[in-house]
Amino acid sequence: MKKHYLNHLRELESESIYVLREVAAQFERPVMLFSGGKDSIVMYHLARKAFWPANVPFPLLHIDTGHNFAETLEFRDQLMEKTGGQCIVRLVQDSINAGRAVEEKGVNASRNVLQTVTLLDAIEEFKFDAAMGGGRRDEEKARAKERFFSHRDEFGQWDPKNQRPELWNIFNGKKRMGEHFRVFPLSNWTEMDVWQYILMEDVEMPSLYYTHKREVFFRDGVWLAMAPFMQLKPGESAGVRDVRCRTIGDITCTGLTLSSANTLEDIILEVASTRVTERGGRYDDKRSESAMEDRKKEGYF
Amino acid sequence: MESNHRGYLDMELLRFTTAGSVDDGKSTLIGRLLYDSKAIFEDQLEAIERASKRKGEETINLSLLTDGLRAEREQGITIDVAYRYFATPKRKFIIADTPGHIQYTRNMVTGASTANAAVILVDARNGVVEQTIRHSYIASLLRIPHVIICINKMDLVDFDEKVFENIRKQYEDIAPMLDMVDVRFVPVSALLGDNVVDRSGNMPWYDGPTLMHLLESIHIRNDENYLDYRFPVQYVIRPQKQEFHDYRGYAGRIAAGSFCPGDAIVVLPSGHTSRIKSVGTFNGPLNEAFAPQSVTITLEDDIDISRGDMLAKNENPPQVSQDIELDICWLNQKPMQLNGRYIVRHTSNEARCIVKEVIYKVNINSIEKDYQDRQFAMNEIGRIKIRTARPLIFDSYRRNRITGSLVLIEEGTNETVGAGMIV
Repeated sequence: MKKHYLNHLRELESESIYVLREVAAQFERPVMLFSGGKDSIVMYHLARKAFWPANVPFPLLHIDTGHNFAETLEFRDQLMEKTGGQCIVRLVQDSINAGRAVEEKGVNASRNVLQTVTLLDAIEEFKFDAAMGGGRRDEEKARAKERFFSHRDEFGQWDPKNQRPELWNIFNGKKRMGEHFRVFPLSNWTEMDVWQYILMEDVEMPSLYYTHKREVFFRDGVWLAMAPFMQLKPGESAGVRDVRCRTIGDITCTGLTLSSANTLEDIILEVASTRVTERGGRYDDKRSESAMEDRKKEGYF
Repeated sequence: MESNHRGYLDMELLRFTTAGSVDDGKSTLIGRLLYDSKAIFEDQLEAIERASKRKGEETINLSLLTDGLRAEREQGITIDVAYRYFATPKRKFIIADTPGHIQYTRNMVTGASTANAAVILVDARNGVVEQTIRHSYIASLLRIPHVIICINKMDLVDFDEKVFENIRKQYEDIAPMLDMVDVRFVPVSALLGDNVVDRSGNMPWYDGPTLMHLLESIHIRNDENYLDYRFPVQYVIRPQKQEFHDYRGYAGRIAAGSFCPGDAIVVLPSGHTSRIKSVGTFNGPLNEAFAPQSVTITLEDDIDISRGDMLAKNENPPQVSQDIELDICWLNQKPMQLNGRYIVRHTSNEARCIVKEVIYKVNINSIEKDYQDRQFAMNEIGRIKIRTARPLIFDSYRRNRITGSLVLIEEGTNETVGAGMIV
């Protein structure tokens, strides 16, 4: 029976491809959320595999906060050019200019929450009925109970107490007009699985994940990158360090790791030995014990 | 270094479900598995230390690790299925952590639907109780191949071998009613860690494996069905590219057996036959693909095939029928309507159906059948007959968990209201 053996990464891959094909089959206007982070890059890689030799039958959508690392945007554009993908970009700045979102003030200001406004507007603009995200259940406790197919009402809200039961591999994507679904093809992956898969499949990653020199400062236990829109508090000072990103998001809330890892093997060893969760470096989760749960209810990814 | 990583890349995946109530120490057991296998990170540990102190507890409460949503923390109970992940050098694990109380039977059924193994907790002080029978019945109904009975709180019965042996005998008395294949017993103390990950020094009389050792070593490769051949067509791939002008690929996840180029196949429900031209993936063509791989199959002949059809072989063909008998667990607050209309979703297929008959209901605490009561409320289980508007292509659930399972959806609300296992 040796030949009928699928290792854990191939089994996860097979499950995710199944989910992606269900989305293409059950929805009329699906879209894949793309942040330029490793999870969305792997999700897009899986989509290319799921529909090969045809093109990916849906567009990508990047909600650009305007506070992205320059490397992220370059990587995104090159990836689309190489693979023939189509990426729609919507700017949080446009939502602010239009008065639909109000910029946070103060030294901890972040546009992370504002993304939700721009995202829901984009879903409305294009009449998307399913939005796929790279969220994983191991990331945060509010995500541990998320479904693969997560129903959202006409306000884009999540009701954690009234989720549809999800059994076997049967996904119920039925909805009324104006409602949509969030779909999480990587639900069962862990951070380690994602990196091992990147190594196994040789998936290209942005340079930010590897060690590089960057001007950073230390705040509340997290290293943050210096940028023109970041303000130092009294007593804080910026200096150049060897760092890499463990997750990639907005500059305002992406904690950097002091690291000299410059290969995928190094990164896997680092992930295997690290004693802090990935989101432990996410400044946005530190706001309260249920920060993620509250944002998700409002329609955040 | 390279071989080191290859070892890591080549792990097996085990999905298991845990059943038991707060009182059985289920959350503590899961916390212990995660803690002793070093799957808990410092920031998570700090968070539960803070929470334990706030609640005035003296030691770290491992059960707080598994309390997810705010509503659950407020009420101190698990309401919904929570999925947790950890790995040892041997295997990667997915736990479907489900609440054990009777009013959450539907969640236990949900967690059980994808599990290779079930861990059922028994309080050593109470022995086999109604709840144990209920959990075992659900594990058996959902055909979880391996069941581990964890006799917990051995520290509260002085680690007495007689207590363990008595409970094992009690369980073996009811097991024949339950039709289980593989049942193991482990005496543990989740609180102190005895026989969870590390061997207990307190129970020298027990020479069996620890819980973790069992989870790492249970043989799961033969759990897939390799006797039948089932490929539900999920999506048709037609590239709009010059080089693939006449390409029609049938995409899907193999539900049983293996498929090779050259194999003779039959398309159901039409009955057309053809041969497999290629079994393809993005990484290149395969000589053989097997369950549960997601692949794309092309055929020698140009046949009209769409989503919901199934490729099979002439040996052991699936059943094709509109009249289907099934065991059902009702999931919704609105009771099941006899003669009511629902949408049935089965593999990649969908059809309307009518509930024609209630055959019996099962008292899940005693496994007794009730032939009189016709009302199916939420969390109730029993046997019914449905008639579908067009034929489904299926196997018995006992034979195949993918082609033998279905859900009922209520028209109007679109909610998933019933989980069915075809008899």
